[in-house]
Amino acid sequence: MSDKVIYVMYDDDEALKDSAKKLVSKGVKISEVFSPFPIHGIDPIIGVKNTRLGIMAFLYGLTGLTVATLGMRYFMVTDWPMNIGGKPNFTYLDNILAFVPISFEFTVLCAAHGMAITYLLRNKTLPGMPAQNPDPRTTDDKFVMEIRLNENHGISEAQLDEMLKETGFFELDKKEIN
Amino acid sequence: MQKEAAIREPLILGHKTYHDITEDVCRPIEDKAPKMWYTLFGIALIIGLYGVGSILYLLGTGIGVWGLNKTIGWAWDITNFVWWVGIGHAGTLISAVLLLFRQKWRMAINRSAEAMTIFAVFMAGLFPLIHMGRLWVGYWVLPLPNQFGSLWVNFNSPLLWDVFAISTYLSVSLVFWYIGLIPDFATIRDRAKKPLSKKMYSILAFGWSGRAKHWNRFELVSLVLAGLATPLVFSVHSIVSFDFATSVIPGWHTTIFPPYFVAGAVFSGFAMVQTLLLVMRKAMGLEAYIHTKHVEYMNIVIMVTGSIVGTAYITELFISWYSGVEYESYAFINRATGPYWWAYWSMMTCNVISPQLMWIPKLRRSLLFTFFISIVVNIGMWFERYVIIVTSIHRDYIPAAWSMHFPSHIDIGVYVGTIGLFFVFFLLFARFFPVLALNEVKTILKGSGQSYKESPDYHKHH
Repeated sequence: MSDKVIYVMYDDDEALKDSAKKLVSKGVKISEVFSPFPIHGIDPIIGVKNTRLGIMAFLYGLTGLTVATLGMRYFMVTDWPMNIGGKPNFTYLDNILAFVPISFEFTVLCAAHGMAITYLLRNKTLPGMPAQNPDPRTTDDKFVMEIRLNENHGISEAQLDEMLKETGFFELDKKEIN
Repeated sequence: MQKEAAIREPLILGHKTYHDITEDVCRPIEDKAPKMWYTLFGIALIIGLYGVGSILYLLGTGIGVWGLNKTIGWAWDITNFVWWVGIGHAGTLISAVLLLFRQKWRMAINRSAEAMTIFAVFMAGLFPLIHMGRLWVGYWVLPLPNQFGSLWVNFNSPLLWDVFAISTYLSVSLVFWYIGLIPDFATIRDRAKKPLSKKMYSILAFGWSGRAKHWNRFELVSLVLAGLATPLVFSVHSIVSFDFATSVIPGWHTTIFPPYFVAGAVFSGFAMVQTLLLVMRKAMGLEAYIHTKHVEYMNIVIMVTGSIVGTAYITELFISWYSGVEYESYAFINRATGPYWWAYWSMMTCNVISPQLMWIPKLRRSLLFTFFISIVVNIGMWFERYVIIVTSIHRDYIPAAWSMHFPSHIDIGVYVGTIGLFFVFFLLFARFFPVLALNEVKTILKGSGQSYKESPDYHKHH
């Protein structure tokens, strides 16, 4: 199905935010916003949900802690208990203080790398991938709003043009996609 | 948009726009490198290669080429290791701890401070590796299944804790740094005209788009990484201090070590940041972003951590007497008045007296004075490690075994070489990478830019 995408460019983050507010209140669905830096407060306006990567980080950290605990218990208690100056070390609990540093480090290691890898995969940003932004100026000082016609059935193209004109955009670009 | 009090000095001077920030940061990368860059790079490379040569000679001959002897089994190697790890503490402190405290001034300096951190930890990591003598069996420090039966590394040993701490710190700092770099690489990618640089920066930028959802994730990932990196910074140097504190050598066996080492690390790290940034801001024309206020904030950190270090020195001295243990007392009397008195008093002068001068506002706002003190501090912090390590072991329980440490030319070659390599890395970074978190800096332009703060609309409510 062919579709028309409208890229509306603004030269200020506040201008984009204000017009997004106006458009949304008139029932326009904004499918995407591209900006050189995070625009604070844009997410609830265009309906971007908060990420759950934080939960993932916690789970990765928990995995790291478990692996470190089980690993050290196996190496130092089950498989080959070391006699270090005759100190009691034949249970995990006897030795727990010596295991604190590595348990902590390994938790952080797994949480940080697990989250970073998930972040890159979820964003589909990996080495050598082609640029995904519609205009090279969106990484400099321009802010672009993407509106798709087939996501806005109730509004005709002419109506949309009229609404957009009122917002005082910087540039407007339309593309047919298949 | 976030606003701040009118009496706060703006963080971005002059009349900048978003585009100006992009221009100011990207132009030094896109233009031809100045002659000065080639000169400095050449000097650093020669020194670095001399270090590589010394390391190769050491690996070929064995660590007997160091000036160690039967009494002094640890000297410059671990001194340099601790010195470099310490320097590597400022970057992550700036980007993680200051992010949690919402200190906006970090944005102008975090990128290069973190680069410095990573390169410093590289240099630190070299020392334990070459200290093994047989570099190729370095992987034996990992708990890998092997053909020797139930042979595992010792998880009760602080040296193994160090392996985990340093590798976690290095890799997490690297990831934190790179995730911040991705959007800035995208900016350079989208501006690049030459096909080769376009290709290179496209690869580095990972196809970054700047979508609202991606920025949402970006901000959370930065926050969580900061949350993870903050205790990490404190743990790493605590664990480095355990290398000494868990031993039973008088002078090392001290419970004060972890906080004292962490404060010292931050102290020397900030000093190195000052040394590098004061030159870089001038050479790359970034005076509008890194200015006197930033330098002053960093000097205050140096003053606070320097005071903690000074307090720790004096506490240590007092406790050695108060403990009533004659070996412990002797270790400290010997430090201050024995054959290494010059090292001890250099350390005291550089680390205790010099940061106290930062109480004077005029001095801590003077760039020239800051540059001078930043170098003094790093000399002092090298002596601190040397004093702790060598003076504690050069006179042990048997006077017949007392000895002195004299560095060999390989000791000196390896140490000076790491300084050269460090600058090779840093100069390459300054040449090809965005040295300022340019897209992050754009977020504070309206809240803390001079022209915005001075405009009559700034304090009106929207």
